[in-house]
Amino acid sequence: MIQINELHKKFGKNEVLGGVDLEIPQGGISAVLGPNGSGKTTLIKCILGMVIPNSGSIEACGQPTKKDWKYRQQINYLPQIANFPSNLKVAELISMIQDLRQKPSDADRLIALFELKPFLDKKLGALSGGTKQKVNIVLAFMFDSPLLMLDEPTTGLDPAALIQLKKLIRSEKEKGKTILITSHIMSFVEEVADEIVYLLEGNIHFKGSLEDLKSITLGTSLEEAITRLTTKEQLHDA
Amino acid sequence: MMLKILKYSFFDLMRSRWSYIYFLFYLALGFVLLFLNNDVSKAVITLMNVIIILVPLIGTIFGVMYYYNSKEFTELLLAQPVKRSSIFLGQYLGVSVSLGLCLVLGLGIPFALYGLFKSDAIWDFSLLLVTGAFLTFIFTALSFNIALSNENKIKGFGYAVLLWLFLAIIYDGLFLLSLIVFGDYPLDVFSLGATVFNPIDLSRTLILLKLDISALLGYTGAVFKTFFGTGLGLLVSLGMLILWTLLPIWRMVHKSKRKDF
Repeated sequence: MIQINELHKKFGKNEVLGGVDLEIPQGGISAVLGPNGSGKTTLIKCILGMVIPNSGSIEACGQPTKKDWKYRQQINYLPQIANFPSNLKVAELISMIQDLRQKPSDADRLIALFELKPFLDKKLGALSGGTKQKVNIVLAFMFDSPLLMLDEPTTGLDPAALIQLKKLIRSEKEKGKTILITSHIMSFVEEVADEIVYLLEGNIHFKGSLEDLKSITLGTSLEEAITRLTTKEQLHDA
Repeated sequence: MMLKILKYSFFDLMRSRWSYIYFLFYLALGFVLLFLNNDVSKAVITLMNVIIILVPLIGTIFGVMYYYNSKEFTELLLAQPVKRSSIFLGQYLGVSVSLGLCLVLGLGIPFALYGLFKSDAIWDFSLLLVTGAFLTFIFTALSFNIALSNENKIKGFGYAVLLWLFLAIIYDGLFLLSLIVFGDYPLDVFSLGATVFNPIDLSRTLILLKLDISALLGYTGAVFKTFFGTGLGLLVSLGMLILWTLLPIWRMVHKSKRKDF
């Protein structure tokens, strides 16, 4: 589904991605983990074409992404921080994105699911962080696309919404979709992810299933395993 | 797709208070000049002086402001299946078309009511509006360029104001100064070049050539006239204005394709 070869990205002198090779197979949920500033968001933005890589190639849905934009029809993206135009109303934003994508959408079902009806006539600038994130989720899930990229989808959600989100992610997976998630909430990752990609300082240090990760690092929980992976690397570096 | 984004940007701006203020300002200016002055030709000259300074200023400020304020909107669009050039061209055209409309309608309505269509000044006046529209498109494009190259809002805003200050005021001063300092040398080509490299001077020359008021033409205008003659001079300056519009638009599209968001 996604094929990345030798991906390099520098912001000024700061090397964020240092030759990432990654293959995400079709179907299933992959979680990209890593400490803050390890390049998770940059990696996702490279796939989306929002960040232009210095070198390397990316193929998404069988098409090279360079200088192309049509492949984004196959991608639903949930940005990390829901920055929306603050003077638009929720309903206007949703219909605008529908108008841009020209695809059937099931926004109504999602609006009901996240109880957003009372907010439809409110301006986005007036919404709380959690409500904004719900709108963000509606926008990311309302189209039927084979690839979903979710950057920190749990941010600001209350427990009820979190349960709905997990259900939603699982049902998308059952439809055979490929889902890429970044998150710092290990319990969430443990619950939903099939595969873990561990990114540290712009390089992939681990890729494999949850069980593999735990057995390699001898950690009993994912949280512990990830911490051990991080400290092991640091010891290694020292 | 570009038209859709143009539409959103356009309606977004049309809902903003500032567009109304800008429109009403021109409307008031048009009425005051015509009905107090009662002389269309004089009104056109006064308008020219206002337009040549004000239009670039508003184009620059609105352009940077809109770019920085719609950052979230842009990021949202970038993740959608939309070409980058469509996003930025759409937003740019949204801003410049709405500003251009404020100008053309704001001044056009009072002039039409005054009976412009029966007057001889209709061509002078139309040229004034066309030049004003060009200046809007040029300076909005320049400001988008500045904003694209500067992540920092304050810096971008500062550069934009400096650009306007330079082209609208300082440039003329430097130009005059160099004419005085190098007065012993032949300055025809130099002054032609200096005019062509400043869209504001270029617009002024263009309008004055059309109005054919030698007293106001100044040195450059006279050089223009002797160099090209009135007809060709008009064409050359109009062509340069088109170039002035296209180059910044081209650079804007080029720059936007290489930018990280």
